Amino acid sequence: MHQVSHIMGKELKDFFISPIAYIVISVFLLVTGWLFFSTFFVFNQADMRNFFNLLPMTFAFVVPAITMRLFAEELNTGSYEILLTLPVTFREIIVGKFLAGVVFVSAILVPTLVYPVFIAMMGELDWGPVIGGYAGAVMLGAAFTAIGLFASALTRNQIIAFIMGAVICFALTTMDRMLFFFPTPILNVVNYLGASSHFQNVAKGIIDSRDILYFLSLVFLGLYAAHLAMQEKK
Amino acid sequence: MIQVEGLTKYYDDFCAVDRIDFAIQKGEIIGLLGPNGAGKTTTLRMLTGYFKPTAGQVKIKDFDLQDDIVAIKQLIGYLPESAPLYPGMLVYDYLDYVASIRKLTGDAKAERLHRLVDLCGLQGIMHKTIGELSKGLKQRVGLAHAMMSDPEILILDEPTSGLDPNQIVEIRDIIREIGREKTVILSTHILSEAEATCDRIVIIHRGRIVADDRTENLKQSGSHTRRIHLALQNADPADAIATLSTIDGITATASPAPDTNGILNLALTCRGTDDPRPAVYTAIKATDWVLVEFVQQTKNLETIFRELTKEN
Repeated sequence: MHQVSHIMGKELKDFFISPIAYIVISVFLLVTGWLFFSTFFVFNQADMRNFFNLLPMTFAFVVPAITMRLFAEELNTGSYEILLTLPVTFREIIVGKFLAGVVFVSAILVPTLVYPVFIAMMGELDWGPVIGGYAGAVMLGAAFTAIGLFASALTRNQIIAFIMGAVICFALTTMDRMLFFFPTPILNVVNYLGASSHFQNVAKGIIDSRDILYFLSLVFLGLYAAHLAMQEKK
Repeated sequence: MIQVEGLTKYYDDFCAVDRIDFAIQKGEIIGLLGPNGAGKTTTLRMLTGYFKPTAGQVKIKDFDLQDDIVAIKQLIGYLPESAPLYPGMLVYDYLDYVASIRKLTGDAKAERLHRLVDLCGLQGIMHKTIGELSKGLKQRVGLAHAMMSDPEILILDEPTSGLDPNQIVEIRDIIREIGREKTVILSTHILSEAEATCDRIVIIHRGRIVADDRTENLKQSGSHTRRIHLALQNADPADAIATLSTIDGITATASPAPDTNGILNLALTCRGTDDPRPAVYTAIKATDWVLVEFVQQTKNLETIFRELTKEN
């Protein structure tokens, strides 16, 4: 457990040192802020539903951009060899990097907390869905981080890692809107696999074990796949 | 200490390391020599657990590489080739991180860091980013990284590459110093370095061990030709060759004329097992030449290396 926290600490420090992190934060805030507020005053409603509707799509691109360096950079500079010859297990490395990613993804959500505060000053804001929305955002972020981590473990090229991660996350996000492409027998399965509906459930403030289980299994699958990818590299 | 049996590594079809066996005792300094692509780095990477062997056994102390990999990693300090450290980190942050992973805390950590800063000469660069360091400085940080936990086994892949001559001597001294109590394995392609630092030399060629012996034994092995270097004053080349060639088993060659200081350089090649030096000395004593240099050259490692690793 100690080793996990050391690895996580180091990765977090790296996140906040590297300029890419700040670029990603700026782009995230610009895109979400603009998309949300451009229609906010038109609807004239004091809620954040629109913000959380857009979040899975922006996360599908932003989170892989954050996680792309976690393994790919180490593979590219060769520091991977140093990491693997320190007395740590694969599991500790993966969990440490994963937790650092989740903390960073949560951190980029922090500036958006001014939106609900701002909206609450203008009208009656129902805080329930807002809290649910942020809880869902962290779960979704964790799931996408695990997927991005897996993509990063596959290649030494950060751009490839980003594209692979984004494609998987994008597919999961849009899956339940593409249901007309799938044959009837598997519709329910495909619908369940889509990330958006699970996220929207949580964001409405409904805490259902199925949704939580969905995100947990995505995290587990992503981390396990990353573990397999690391083993393959030996 | 370290026992290796039938260690083999295939990259797809290419056999990088082919069934090598060796054993290393505690306190030995082993030099792993070989031409480029001979399998040195691959062997070291398997010893440190970075690569998984295709076949074979590695036992370090009582631990098996397959089962107790973390226990083994705790015993080993490893410096990979060209020290691939995190370029974005500060030297201090990096060493602090390694110390934490190596389970050093509080005073013990601070003390160890101070010791390593002195030992590896890191004063004045602790606040710099690793990426902006020169190759030699980076190598020193890597060395500090490898020695962080005061490991029982130190594995260094080309530790002196990219260092200037002064630094090479310093690093050699450090390695010798550590080698008194610890086991050191280092790979290099600089033969003089291996000769100066290592107790034992293992030469690898195309994934196989072609020589494995103590450094002094290795130098004496091979054919029984001795070479003697002579420098004489007041001597005439033709005369000198004629005189010295009368000694049994000696072929003499000389530089065509004495150099500006009036010194004539001669090389004697001697066959046979008898020591020809007394005879040479007696022959020179009988003349009025002044003997300024008289050196027997042991067969150097370079010749042995070339003989063992030349491509057929």
